Formats: sequence, C-alpha cells, structure tokens
Amino acid sequence: MAMLDLKPDFYNDKAAISMAITVDASYEQSTLQKMALALFGLGLLLFLVSFLGLGKTYPLPLFLGAMGAMGVGGFLYAYEAYKNRPEGIKNNGVMFGNLTNRGAVAWVAAVFITGFYVLLYWHAHLLEGLIRMMDPLSFFLKGKAANEWFLYGFLYTLAVLVMGVKFIRKYKHNRYQQIRTVSVMFFQLGFAFLIPAFMELMNQPEFYFTYFWPLDSYKLRPNWVQDMMSKGGVGMVLLLVSAATTFLVTPILTFFYGKRWYCSWVCGCGGLAETAGDPFRHLSDKSLKAWRIERWMIYSVLVLVVIMTLLLWLNSAWQGGVLGGISNGFAQWYGFLIGSMFSGVVGVGFYPIMGSRVWCRFGCPMAALLGLQQKFFSRFRITTNSGQCISCGNCSTYCEMGIDVRAYAQKGQNIVRASCVGCGICAAVCPRGVLKLENGPTNNRTVIHIRRDDVGIIDNSVY
Amino acid sequence: MNSGLYLIAKKKSFMHIVIIGNGIAGISAARYIRKQNSEAKITVVSAETAHFYSRTALMYIYMGHMTYENTKPYEDWFWSKNRIGLLQDYVETVDFDGKVLVLQKNDRLSYDKLIIAAGSKSNKFGWPGQNLDGVQGLYNRQDLTLLEENTKNIKQAVIVGGGLIGVELGEMLMSRRIKVTFLVRESSYWNNVLPPEESDMINRHIREHHVDLHLNTELKEIVSDENGRAKGVVTSKGTVIDCQLVGLTAGVSPNVDFLKGTELAIKKGVLVNEYLETNIPDVSAVGDCAQFITPLPNRRPIEQVWYTGRMQGITVAYTVCGNRKKYKPRTWFNSAKFFDIEYQTYGMVMPKLNEQEEQLYWEHSDGKKCLKFVYQKNTQQLLGINAFGIRLRHEVCEAWLNEGRTLDYVLAHFKAANFDPEFYTTYEKEVAAAYQKQYPNKKINLVPKKNLFDMIFKSGIFHR
Repeated sequence: MAMLDLKPDFYNDKAAISMAITVDASYEQSTLQKMALALFGLGLLLFLVSFLGLGKTYPLPLFLGAMGAMGVGGFLYAYEAYKNRPEGIKNNGVMFGNLTNRGAVAWVAAVFITGFYVLLYWHAHLLEGLIRMMDPLSFFLKGKAANEWFLYGFLYTLAVLVMGVKFIRKYKHNRYQQIRTVSVMFFQLGFAFLIPAFMELMNQPEFYFTYFWPLDSYKLRPNWVQDMMSKGGVGMVLLLVSAATTFLVTPILTFFYGKRWYCSWVCGCGGLAETAGDPFRHLSDKSLKAWRIERWMIYSVLVLVVIMTLLLWLNSAWQGGVLGGISNGFAQWYGFLIGSMFSGVVGVGFYPIMGSRVWCRFGCPMAALLGLQQKFFSRFRITTNSGQCISCGNCSTYCEMGIDVRAYAQKGQNIVRASCVGCGICAAVCPRGVLKLENGPTNNRTVIHIRRDDVGIIDNSVY
Repeated sequence: MNSGLYLIAKKKSFMHIVIIGNGIAGISAARYIRKQNSEAKITVVSAETAHFYSRTALMYIYMGHMTYENTKPYEDWFWSKNRIGLLQDYVETVDFDGKVLVLQKNDRLSYDKLIIAAGSKSNKFGWPGQNLDGVQGLYNRQDLTLLEENTKNIKQAVIVGGGLIGVELGEMLMSRRIKVTFLVRESSYWNNVLPPEESDMINRHIREHHVDLHLNTELKEIVSDENGRAKGVVTSKGTVIDCQLVGLTAGVSPNVDFLKGTELAIKKGVLVNEYLETNIPDVSAVGDCAQFITPLPNRRPIEQVWYTGRMQGITVAYTVCGNRKKYKPRTWFNSAKFFDIEYQTYGMVMPKLNEQEEQLYWEHSDGKKCLKFVYQKNTQQLLGINAFGIRLRHEVCEAWLNEGRTLDYVLAHFKAANFDPEFYTTYEKEVAAAYQKQYPNKKINLVPKKNLFDMIFKSGIFHR
C-alpha cells in the first residue's frame, strides 16, 4: 500500500497536499516511475477481480496478471524512486503525507488491511476467489491446493520483498541498513515461505524455522511435541531444533548482539515492519505513558504464554484429570486474543495509525523475553557520542519502538533498553553522528559520556 | 491560570529566579537550578514558544521530517512536575534597581536573581530593501511560520550569506523544489571557518544539489515590486536575479536591544566575566546573548553554539545556587551537516595554518569524505581533526588532544576513533598511506582490529 508515492504538483499549497499519500517534492517522478505505479494499480485491479470470483475461473492468468503487475510495478517503482539522487536521508515530506500522517488515506488503508485480516482469520471462505488464484503456484510448490495461509504467506513475502527493495534504495548510503534488509528478505522468502512449502511437498511437517517458542506458542506444546515425535527422524530433528533455538541459540546470540539479531534481522514480523512498515515508523508513541503501558502489556503476554504452556503440560501429565478443559480453553483464548487479534489484526492492520511495531512493542512474548535479556545480560548498546547532540529529535521521531532516544543522547548516556530492536535508524537519521549501535563488554554499558553531575571534583567535570 | 504564576503566588517566601529565554541555555539553567535547589521559585519567560523546543530542528519541521511536537525534548508535563514556571510573554525592559521585569501582556514580574538567555537575532547589514515583504532571516519559530507564508507557491529564492544557516535554508527550500541562488561574499563557502580543501568539497556538494552557488558575490540591493514585496536582487557583480524570497543568513548577533539604555553593560552582547556574571549583582547572562569580557584562549567572545549554551546554562545554575563556578568548557568541538555531508571537528583546525602548524589531508575518491589532521610542525603533536562524511568518537579524539598524542600514534590507533555504523568501510589504511606519502621514511603500524574495545575501554578514558 505504502508504495503509492503520489505527489502533488504544488506541494506548498496545503489544500493540494491533503489528498497526497506521501509527499517529497524535492524530486520529480520519472515517467518510468509513473508507469510502474500504473502497473501496480493494474495489478490491484486484477487482484480485486480475482477476489470477486474470477480467480476461481481463471486462476493462472489472474495470478500472473495480478501478482506479476503488482510485483514488477512495485519493484520498478522502488528501484526508480531513489535513482539519480544524492545519497542521504530521504525523509522529506513524511509529516505532510496523508498516508504517513494519519490522514484519511491512512484510515482507509488501516480499515482495508484490518478487514483483510478479519476475513483471513474468521471468514476465509469469502477469499475463495483469491485462494483459488493461488492454486497453480501452490501445486507447483507444495503439490496441493492453496489455502488462505498460502495466499497470506505469498502476499506477506511479496510485501517484504518489494518494500525491502525500496528500503535498500532509500538507504543506499548505509551498509548496515542494506545488509539487515537483505537478511529479513532472505529469511522471509527462504525460511518463512519456500522451505515450509518444500517440506510439505516432501510430505513433511510445514515447519517455520524462524519462529520459535514463545512467539510460536504452538511449539513446545505437548500436542505439538507428541506430533513431532510421531513423525520419526525428521520430527525428532525438528523438535530438537525448536528446543535448541529457544533455549540455546537465542540466549547466546542475544548475549553477543542484543535482540536485534532476531527482531530486525530474522523475524518475519520484524521483517514486514522494517520494510512495508517503514513509512509508518514515526507514528509510534514516544510518551512516558506509552512506555508504562508497553511494559505492563508485553510482560503480561509473556506471563500468559508461560502459564499457558505450563498448564498444557500439567494437563498432559495429569491426562486431563485435574484441569479438565481449563488449559485447552486458556490456549484457545490465547490463540484468539494474542495470536490472531493482536499479532495479526492490530499488529499489521494498525500500521498506518499506530506505527509499524505495535505488536513487537506491546504484545510479542519473544520480544519481551529477548528484551529482558538485552536489558540485563547482553553486550549490545547504543553508544552516544558525548557532547555532539543538538537535541533535534530525529532519533526519537524515527524510533519505531517509541524509545525517546534523544532523552539519552542529550545526556550523553548510552542506550540500553529492553525494547530496542537495533534497527539502527536512530543512528542513520542523526545529523551529527551521535549514535552508534555496538556490541562490547558488559561493564560500562550504561555509561554517561558527559560528566555533569559529579560536582565538586574539578570545575570542568560538570558538563 | 499559568502554573508558573500560580507557584509564584503560592510560595512567596522562597528565592525567585527568573530566566529570560527558553532556549537551550535558559532551560539548562532552569533544570540544573532545580536539580540543586528544590525550593527556589523558577520562572522562565519567553515570547517565542510556550515550551522549550530544539531550534536546531526548525529545518526538519519545514522539510516535513518532524512536527513541531517532535522537536520538544521534554513532554509538556515535565515543567510542572519539576515546578519550572513557564510564562509566554515578551520582556519589554528590565528595571534592575527595582529587580522587576516589564512584560508586554502580564503584570510586572519581580525577581531575586535574573538570568538573561535571550538568544540571537538575524543580522541585517543595512541592505537597501532588507525590510521588504518576502525578506527574512531564519532563527526562531516565528521565522519558520513566516517562511511558510513567504514560500507559498513561489518558484525562486536567493539566500545571502555563506554560513551554516544559509546552507540549511538552501536545503529546506530545495526540499520544496524552489530554485535557490546562494550568494556567498567569500571566495569559497564558509572559508572563514573551513580550510580551503573542506570548503571546496562543500562548494561542490552544494552544486550537486542543484543550488546555484555564486561565490565572491555580495548582495547590493533587494528590488521591490509595486506591493512592497521583494521581486529580485541585484548583486555586487551587477547581476539581477529574480526571486520571491530573500533569505538573510549572514550570521546572528545577540538579541539584547530590549536591554539597551539600562545600566547593564552591553557591547555586542551582555558583558560577562568567567562566572557568567554581569556588571549588576544577581544578574547573569548565558548562551548566544552573552559576550565574554575576556574570551577564553582560542575561543570567541560570543559563543553561538548549541552545546556551549547548554554548558553555560549548567555553569550559571551552580553559581546562582551559591556554588560559584567558572565557565570552563573542555576541548573545542563542533558539528554540522551540509545537505548530506556530516561534519565534525575536534580541537583547533583553523582556516589557515600558522607557521608552527602542518597538516595531513586525505580525501576519499568519491569527493564526499575527507579527514584533516593539524599538528605541530616540530613535534607532530595533534592539534585538531576535521572529519567530513566520517563520524568520529568524541571521547577518543578529546583524549588524544588532551594527552598530546602525536600524529603517528593517532593514525595507528585511528580505528578506535571511528564512529560510523557497523559494516561501513573504514579508511585507516588509506589515511596511513597518505601519511607515508607525505613522510616516506616513517611507517604506521595499524593497531589490530580485535583490540578496538580494549583501546577504548581500557585506555583510561573511563578511569581518570
């Protein structure tokens, strides 16, 4: 959605910009870019046609037409958008655009995406036209007919790839951003789309290597474990992989690199937030109040998922004796409220209203767990460059997690926050080179670089 | 009712400290007074905005990177929570005998101690037409509002004065596709501060962004249309340039007109001693509007820099609270950004070398990154570093300068000073090669990468 980068001729005229989606008047769109946009629009139209039922009748032509036009149009547009422009921060007009600034277009987009999720989770039969359109690819990849999740996975991956290219072009001067984005694109395409499909083709479990407990709350549930154990060698390997990623790989990587190794390099939710969600990153709430709500919510979800898993295991051990239906009911409610409502409907649907990391910030139990470790037992921090901060606020504005980065930077204090996903945008948008993501010794991690308050030692120690 | 006034009325018996100006200097003073003294009444008076915001971010509001709300470093509840009264009003004058501020909207406001942190105003040098509509400077929030008005549907602008604000204004206007002509009096951009190589790099970069840069060119006259609105300029070279906006960005000077004619000693700014005290007891001045009677060595009498405003505000807070402190900033540093090129400087890099100085200059082949090291000729002791397009670590550079490190040491350990994001190309080798080209019989042995953190964290920086 966000790739519709329409721009008015007279940006100075407030009336003219009100319907614009995003506004950067500093460059002129090329003809190719406009054609790419038109192609994307055509793809959307064919998508709609499929939805209305023709997808059942002409799956292959409509799939090729809709997805091809949206994909090629999107890629071309993303590629062209930053061509022939000097390398540098490209945030002109972000606060004027209707889509990127909670205008009418943003609300339409939010309702549209939210509505799609509602259909997907609870009324998938209404998506029949689209699902049947996916059959040819599904048969090719998995050897069987498509379902709503295959459609969803494909659209999700397409969004990550197209908007990933746009992001890489936008940050063509920043290798950290580029490598990180290639990483999320790789993991989404490979580990969250192609490999699970291939495993199904091989008659193996549809397994997502990049989602582990507690984010994927099904893993490590007794039913799931029994299911895996019943599947022989491959099942056992997958079981071991799941346990190892949760209990071994995750703590080790988080110790060395902070939670960013997962949240902004591997995770699919993070991947979508960093690519398709990038135009909305500034919409996160930076207030102290929001931080308080965040801590209550996210750790509550972590507690819930732990309780749920324990209950399921207890119930399994007691063979349903003591708990009866309680544990399963608990798990169903968790799945509905957290798994579907929060991570899907709110998490992505509210991108244009609340920013791209609502789920990651307020709801993800994995982020909560990694965050606790990042806070207390990790080598990661954002170093501030002593006195160079001019308190401009670019860092806080563009922090998708709503961290008031500036509050630390202007104090000259290193940033060690549980929620930081290490996207590195604060450092990128800083005009004075004040911030740097680093891994280093755990002592001195929260050092204040400007010595201000140790009064009475020497005169110049107060700054 | 304004919370500040309410507090004043409620707690009459405590010392009342009034601060004129809610910029970084005045607000730093207020915050650090409150940190030390929980009882004093503090009132900050400003006509500009209701709350403290970062004026360095004005350009980002105009370009749509941020909203005005985003530029506020503290949420609005911060001030009442810390019992710092905020009063939005214009100070017409000060009655220093009666210790009273004469305000435009409110009643007179009496003080026990006064801190003047009134900031700057844009320079106007008596150009014909300088007061026409469509002619303006860029310093405060009102200027930004005016700029929004003045640039509605316009096509061309002329910017006069080649300093930091000029290049910012250029970037702002270009972000709205307004054609910009940039008149710079000097032979090269900002060359009264930047050495020739660096200055030339910025000339090129300004032109890369399609700004029409006119060097060695002064403003002679601003031409009016029939409605008293600027419609063009005439340059010192006789060129006539059509425009609908003229940006006057030839520096700023202390905003002290409202204090003239009082017994307060003023030259260009309010004269202060090293304790930031004026000639009148209980009255101090800080930030852009303060002028040191005796400038600190190698520093200007008026320091118009964000962080010096902060430091002066902090210093005066101690003095006002009875713990008298001299303003003693550490080693000079500064930073700026010219379109996409970031600039940092540490120590003393003058536009021209003196006889005791020598330099090593390295420029990347892309013409957008460079490093300059200035050092003593006989000892090769480092005096200053300029970095363009490469971020440096403040603490490391400062430690090297304070410890009197020599150039070969600095170049060998240069990785420790790198502050660029991860995965960026580093240039220690290229810089060392440039050194060896300049001094063929000397050799730099680069310190290995794996000791980077030991170099920083075990070098004594944190243990002094």
